[in-house]
Amino acid sequence: MLSYILRRLAVALPTLLLLVVVSFLMMQLAPGGPFTSERPLPPEVLANIEAQYGLDKPLFEQMLRYIGGILVDFDFGPSYRYKDRSVNDIIAAGFPVTLTYGSIAFVLAVVIGVSLGIAAALNHNSWLDYFAVGISIGAQVLPNFVMGPLLVLVFVLALEWLPGGGWNGGKWQHIVLPVIALSTSYMASIARLTRSSMLEVLHMDFIRTARAKGLPSHYIIWRHALKPTLMPLFSYLGPTFVAMVTGSVVIDFYFATGGIGYFFVNSAFNRDYAVMMGITILFGSLTITFNLIVDLLYAWIDPKIRY
Amino acid sequence: MGYLKRSILVSVCTFSLSCSLSFAAGTHPETGEKLAEDQTFTYRILDEHASLDPQLAEDVTGAEVLRDLFEGLYNQDKMGNLVPGVALSHDVSADKTTYTFYLRKDAVWSDGKPVTAHDFVFAWRRLASKELASPYAWFIELMNIENAGAIVKGEKDPKELGVKAIDDHTLQVKLQTALPYFPLMTIHASTFPSPQWAIEAHGKEWTKPGNMVSNGAYVLAEHVPQERSVRVRNEKYWNNDATFIEKVVTLVINDENAAFTRFLAGELDRTKVPTGKFPELKEKYPEETVVFPRLCSYYYNINLSDSAPESLRDKRVRQALAYAVDRKIITQNVTKAGQFPAFTFTPEVTAGFSAPEVPFGKMSQQERDEKARELLVAAGYGKDNPLNLSLLYNSSESHKKIAIAISQMWKQKLGVQTTLANMEWKTFLERRGKQDYEIARAGWCGDYNEASTFLDLMHSQSGYNDSKYNNPDVDRLLKEAKTADNPQENYTRIEQIIAEDMPIIPIYHYTEDYMMRATLKNWPTKNAEQNWYSKDLYKVAE
Repeated sequence: MLSYILRRLAVALPTLLLLVVVSFLMMQLAPGGPFTSERPLPPEVLANIEAQYGLDKPLFEQMLRYIGGILVDFDFGPSYRYKDRSVNDIIAAGFPVTLTYGSIAFVLAVVIGVSLGIAAALNHNSWLDYFAVGISIGAQVLPNFVMGPLLVLVFVLALEWLPGGGWNGGKWQHIVLPVIALSTSYMASIARLTRSSMLEVLHMDFIRTARAKGLPSHYIIWRHALKPTLMPLFSYLGPTFVAMVTGSVVIDFYFATGGIGYFFVNSAFNRDYAVMMGITILFGSLTITFNLIVDLLYAWIDPKIRY
Repeated sequence: MGYLKRSILVSVCTFSLSCSLSFAAGTHPETGEKLAEDQTFTYRILDEHASLDPQLAEDVTGAEVLRDLFEGLYNQDKMGNLVPGVALSHDVSADKTTYTFYLRKDAVWSDGKPVTAHDFVFAWRRLASKELASPYAWFIELMNIENAGAIVKGEKDPKELGVKAIDDHTLQVKLQTALPYFPLMTIHASTFPSPQWAIEAHGKEWTKPGNMVSNGAYVLAEHVPQERSVRVRNEKYWNNDATFIEKVVTLVINDENAAFTRFLAGELDRTKVPTGKFPELKEKYPEETVVFPRLCSYYYNINLSDSAPESLRDKRVRQALAYAVDRKIITQNVTKAGQFPAFTFTPEVTAGFSAPEVPFGKMSQQERDEKARELLVAAGYGKDNPLNLSLLYNSSESHKKIAIAISQMWKQKLGVQTTLANMEWKTFLERRGKQDYEIARAGWCGDYNEASTFLDLMHSQSGYNDSKYNNPDVDRLLKEAKTADNPQENYTRIEQIIAEDMPIIPIYHYTEDYMMRATLKNWPTKNAEQNWYSKDLYKVAE
């Protein structure tokens, strides 16, 4: 097990490095730069700025300095656009926001989605099944850029229960709507995935055997059916978790949460190279980490898998 | 005992709080209006300010915050006139190159230190210095201060900048050559004083709440990047007694429709009217939908450089294109927020400027259309030899609508085939800046309220002259205007030359449209630069 983890990590680091190099070079390919503006800077002013950020150095040297800064000081560099802040500052400000509403939305999506899926499968072709399938299809086809304004219309303008956006230090009133808007479509996918997987498992021989032995129904479901049902779900949940906690750009824009998703897109428009790189590395590391965790969970859940 | 002490403290706080509230809930000393209990002003911005360091700030949203936090030599009143800030008055030498500013003695920083001429000297040297590498360093060059250019280039030491503290309260500025509007430039945020001791103590971190020392009517209380910043009344400000707004909250909301919803929900006092919604909202919320002129111009650049197609180098073609644009249709049916049809580059609202009547401005649209047809035929374009052009704009719903409308006008009236190309902002700027276009959308807002802030773009050497227009007469007239007692004659002449040469197609002069709470008073709608100060606003009771 330990050697497996070490092996995976040994592959992860070069992967990350490759990610850094490729995204660094791709950014340079985009036309314009961080200091391109409506009012082009006079050459002497531009020269001073580029010298200050080391952008006048050859590309290879810039990249080495950048990677060196990360490895030695864990310094992801300055933001070229928000001059009072470093990339570390920006990630420290934006990531906790998204992590908070993303994790809550994830838990909500998993709990409700799995319950709904199981309930539907156990009551196959009953009204409950149709209801659950109906809801999950409805939630899936409503993208969050429609959900957001819809929720605001109901809860902010009509009922006047909640604020229409902002974060305000993470007060619960500000978290509710982003969580709902983010979780619904994931919840729907999880419900449908669970339902179909459960249905498949319920028709398997070992369940029939268990029933033939006369085991009580709830025991069969908890003891025998649940684990194999969740198997296909796990491979879906790893990347989903990362996608949710790294922020939905739509949620961050519409609810003005100040989350990391907003910074990510914004930095691309601004050609704020270091911010963009910092967030890419963060997202990359999270993806690699959670894929590893999912793989380890497989071993725990499926006795056939051994590392 | 501990409990007793605490409860005394609490009651003292409650007492003092109720004191200040009772002041806030009083009446306005001049107008007699009943003031609202809650004097908090909350407004929406599109994107976070780039910096709160006065010498590093480069955007309008940053300047708005900085005008509250810091105070420069002069401020503007609600009409846009200069009023004393830290400076009470100034003298000019006979040759108009040396300005002496006399500073008030009661101005102090938020930490209690007096505001002195040395703070300005420090700030201005800092703005020019190579070490700071400010994106606004060009402003000190534009101010024409002695040695500014050489310092920015790194050829001279910042100490050689033509600015000197004669004593603590007298500031002397030497200009390279005379610049009649020099005092106007001192309201710009990059010229605000900065606290040397705080910057040295905290380095780059000095603009964070708690570290920042400022001399304006407000101090920075909270700042969450891309979410909100909060500033509260500065008790040490010399004119604190005249301030009504206790707290100013800036919320970053990128989506204008989301912001509008939050305005309706009562979370904001001010936001922009969503694009194209002005007439509808004006009818629905007449008191809260406001519009006023801005010091900005919307126009199309025509490429005149070597990379330009042959057709555009013909003056008659450029004139035909400019004449055929029906500006009334654009402003009344497309932009729909009271924008002003433009026949000159410089907006009519510019101080000391009266827009000259240029020939094509005097005609009716029908006459212009006929003339346009004649001109294009004379230039050799018609059914047998149709003119094909491409029009570049940055991706945005409103620019797209305007581009479609104008290309339709050209097609219907002149038979010109226009290919529209939209690009993401930075890509667009790159292409326009490198003259990799035929016709490109452009907009310009004045840096100060004087016509040269627009017309300087027509100088052959201007870095912002994206048409690469080159007319020695214009260059000469611009140069003379810098020292003329009355530059208006030169400006009139330049506008007339532009209307003849047509290196750009003026389309409209901007207006600003806001949803603004009717209880928020004293907004400077007549200040065309929209330089507003929270200290001048107040909220009345509903």
